[in-house]
Amino acid sequence: MSTVSWITARGLFGRRRFLLLFPLPAVLVLLAVLSRALGVDPGEWGPPVLVGLGLAVVLPVVALIVGTGVLGAEIDDGTVVHILTKPLPRWQIVLPKLAVATGVTAVTVAVPLYVAGVLAHSVRLGLALAAAATLGALAYSALFLALSLLTRRPVLLGLVYVLIWEGLLGNFVSGTKVLSIQQYVIALADRIAPTGLLETTVSVPVAAIMTALVSVGFTVLAVDRLRSFSVAGETS
Amino acid sequence: MTTISADPAAPATPASTLDLAGVSRWYGNVVAVNNVSMSLGPGVTGLLGPNGAGKTTLLHMMAGFLAPSRGTVTLDGSPTWRNPDVYRRLGLVSEREAVHTFLTAYEFVLASAKLHRLPDPREAARRAIALVEMEGAQDRRIGTYSKGMRQRTRVAAALVHDPQVLLLDEPFNGMDPRQRLHMMDLLHRLGAAGRTILFSSHILEEVEQISGTVQVMVAGRLAASGDFRTIRRLMTNRPHVFAVRSTDDRALAVALMAEASVTGVELGRAGLTVRAGDYGAFTRALPRIALAQGIRVRQLVPEDESLESVFSYLVEA
Repeated sequence: MSTVSWITARGLFGRRRFLLLFPLPAVLVLLAVLSRALGVDPGEWGPPVLVGLGLAVVLPVVALIVGTGVLGAEIDDGTVVHILTKPLPRWQIVLPKLAVATGVTAVTVAVPLYVAGVLAHSVRLGLALAAAATLGALAYSALFLALSLLTRRPVLLGLVYVLIWEGLLGNFVSGTKVLSIQQYVIALADRIAPTGLLETTVSVPVAAIMTALVSVGFTVLAVDRLRSFSVAGETS
Repeated sequence: MTTISADPAAPATPASTLDLAGVSRWYGNVVAVNNVSMSLGPGVTGLLGPNGAGKTTLLHMMAGFLAPSRGTVTLDGSPTWRNPDVYRRLGLVSEREAVHTFLTAYEFVLASAKLHRLPDPREAARRAIALVEMEGAQDRRIGTYSKGMRQRTRVAAALVHDPQVLLLDEPFNGMDPRQRLHMMDLLHRLGAAGRTILFSSHILEEVEQISGTVQVMVAGRLAASGDFRTIRRLMTNRPHVFAVRSTDDRALAVALMAEASVTGVELGRAGLTVRAGDYGAFTRALPRIALAQGIRVRQLVPEDESLESVFSYLVEA
């Protein structure tokens, strides 16, 4: 484990906001278990729990908390200066942080999604959801990591993207779905395990290419922004 | 890459020079740093100026954390902006007290050593911690430290790769007198060993005690630059103004006029306004005169001791 990822992981787990990660995945599993135990038809509870809660809320919100935490929190409290005053090419700082963010998000989200997928349909659906969510975790993490270098309010802007763009506009303006990581994840999961439970809106090639573009593009952007990192402009 | 030697009198690599050429920085309409040029070589230099003079902005530009709006900042010829390689030769202790509070001092300094890819990070971390005398607390979490201890930990992290240039922003803030002396001694030794040390301060006496060379900033401009004693003399030639209140202001005024260090006395409703040419001589003479006259001094306040007035005097001079 590199020193940057070690410090990042220590910082992530050392902050209290880390505890925010657990309630949402717990609710996801709880709802799935309850629905299954009460004998509700998976066709009825599957879409709202798996997609409405799992892919539309749990995945992006966990990615937001973690993705803005790995670098944004250090920028906020100024400790990032310690890492930046080292003769490291900036990609050697961004990539380990992206890896930690993706890894933590993937583990936190993929496990409950797998459980819910198995309960709703099959092990195959569970694995498909877990795999697609991991790819989604990468794309979201790259986006939110870059956001924490582009704005002083990455959490707010990230929430606007998740809630307004993906959540609200996606229901009314079909064109926005092409720029929605959530839709890529759904399309990829449905491709791996076609069940009829997931309603796709973008084609699989579009989803695959866009996921890669978002991940790489925002990572490159983050590296470039970090090279030009300025300490907050106090005029004292 | 060398680690910090126990004997700082033996620099391993040649000295470095930090050059600023016509450097300006503005934020919108506000000019924080205005056309500053200086060249910093081996030894300790004090960057002196009142709060808001642009010291921190200038330091951030030196350390590569801010792009100059105009002009260039170079370390041995290479720009510091967008060039992480300069950190092989440069260390920074910023003013903001930001440390990873969840780490111990040893972990923190060791992480710095590893990020620098030093050949023996453990040994380098141990030496850097010894240099700032933090061995006793090195295994406690930084969150439990006092401000001065955090500051020393940060200095250790900045020194772990034995940089040729060390920049410190207000390093004495929050330190107690003993820690202050120790830090001054450390900077002294590093400077004497051929390293380029620059520290900023708004407290005249701090600068006076450590460095022979000063750069004085006022309102974003470089107001004075050079040997401290020369600049200090300029400052002491100016009369000091004191507000004095006593049991008998009129009698005290008469007695004070006979004192050589006093250049003027004004009798007002709120007491005396005394102008003295020599700060030290006057403050020593006043109690003696008062005692001889049987007058009790109730209040003695230097009226223009604020650095701002000293600096504005410098700018006008």
